[in-house]
Amino acid sequence: MAETQSDSGSFEELALPLFDRLYSFARWLTQDRSEAEDLVQEACMKALKGFDSYRQGTNFRAWIFRILRNTFLTSRSGLHAAALSLDSDESAPVEPLAHGTPESILISSLERQAIQTALGELPVQYREVILLCDVEEMSYQEIAETLAMPIGTVMSRLSRGRKAMRKLLTESNIRSSA
Amino acid sequence: MTCDEVAAKLELYADSELAAPELAAAESHLRSCASCAARALALMQTKRAIRVAASARFTPSPEFRRCMEQNIASAAASQHLAPSPSSPAFPSRAWFSFSLPRLAVAAVAVVLLVAAALWVNHSARENQLTEIADLHVAALASANPVDVVSTDKHTVKPWFAGKLPFSFNLPEMQNSPFVLVGGRVAYFQHSSGAQLLFNLRKHQLSVFIFKEEGLPFSVGTFAATRLSMHTESWSQGGLRYFIVSDAPAADVHALGELMRQAARS
Repeated sequence: MAETQSDSGSFEELALPLFDRLYSFARWLTQDRSEAEDLVQEACMKALKGFDSYRQGTNFRAWIFRILRNTFLTSRSGLHAAALSLDSDESAPVEPLAHGTPESILISSLERQAIQTALGELPVQYREVILLCDVEEMSYQEIAETLAMPIGTVMSRLSRGRKAMRKLLTESNIRSSA
Repeated sequence: MTCDEVAAKLELYADSELAAPELAAAESHLRSCASCAARALALMQTKRAIRVAASARFTPSPEFRRCMEQNIASAAASQHLAPSPSSPAFPSRAWFSFSLPRLAVAAVAVVLLVAAALWVNHSARENQLTEIADLHVAALASANPVDVVSTDKHTVKPWFAGKLPFSFNLPEMQNSPFVLVGGRVAYFQHSSGAQLLFNLRKHQLSVFIFKEEGLPFSVGTFAATRLSMHTESWSQGGLRYFIVSDAPAADVHALGELMRQAARS
């Protein structure tokens, strides 16, 4: 269940423990080392300058991840990623998991590299929700705050993203066993 | 709840987002429906696999980390000491001038670095515990929880010879309440190790043994309880031991003592 985050402290106290996580998220978003470093640097400096606007006691992690993600959106690769629209209609209802879904195939091919490749191939709009949910273990509420979108959109993107991820992994499993 | 109703909520369940009444209904269905339980387990395993694969992929270079820590510390210090909104974010100045505030900032940075290292270690431990608990649960859920079935340590121990890059000792179990069920080779953090399954009354206990040097972190000696699973871990003779079980913590500890005595002998 979503934990109520309430963080107080100086900027360094709050930001430095998140440094590796911010870098990893930036790297997954940009898929490039020097862009990721630039992104983290810019986001940290923006966050530090705007630290007065951070309300002590609220969720610092969602706040700084949001700054990083907004900085990404205005970067070159962020603008490029946003220009690629998602093929499925965002407003269409999400089908629940079908019976007999090929999870078992997926589990057998859940090798680190296959997952990393699939994650890199996902549209960034799906990649970011999966990263925040499964890797950063944020609650839906925190993800909604970080991405500035309604919880319903978080849930439908997660569901579609996981479906797309399963498809990529199943394909890679077929390719590797062919 | 029916299978269809549960299927619609399964992702919420796996993401720990179900509210109490729905959670109870979903759990009671999952206890009685093997196919929904298998799908829920698969979803959770996928989540964990993604977490392991994605969080281990990229780490900042030590130079970048150092540079950022200095930048943040000095930018923060310049904000504290001389608040001027137009001051540059990266003041390029000698880092080694020995003014008192600067020393204070350096001291804070050192404390933060230590705290960050402890935090990284803590989250590494959490991840390891989750992975070990998953190995235990997955073995119990399997049709063949062990590959060598024997209550005799003189059968189980030699079975591992040649399968593992190390050997280990097993205690005599005759005078203890624990019953050896058997063993299997387990994989953890890319290392192969031994998983030994024991019965105690209605409980099952897994003892995992891995070579310490194959593990990315040294997590020290600890006992922990998560989701009603008790875990104990220690390092002995270059090997890392984990015990995980739903048995009471005292029993987990008792088995740990037996294993430690055997390893000393």
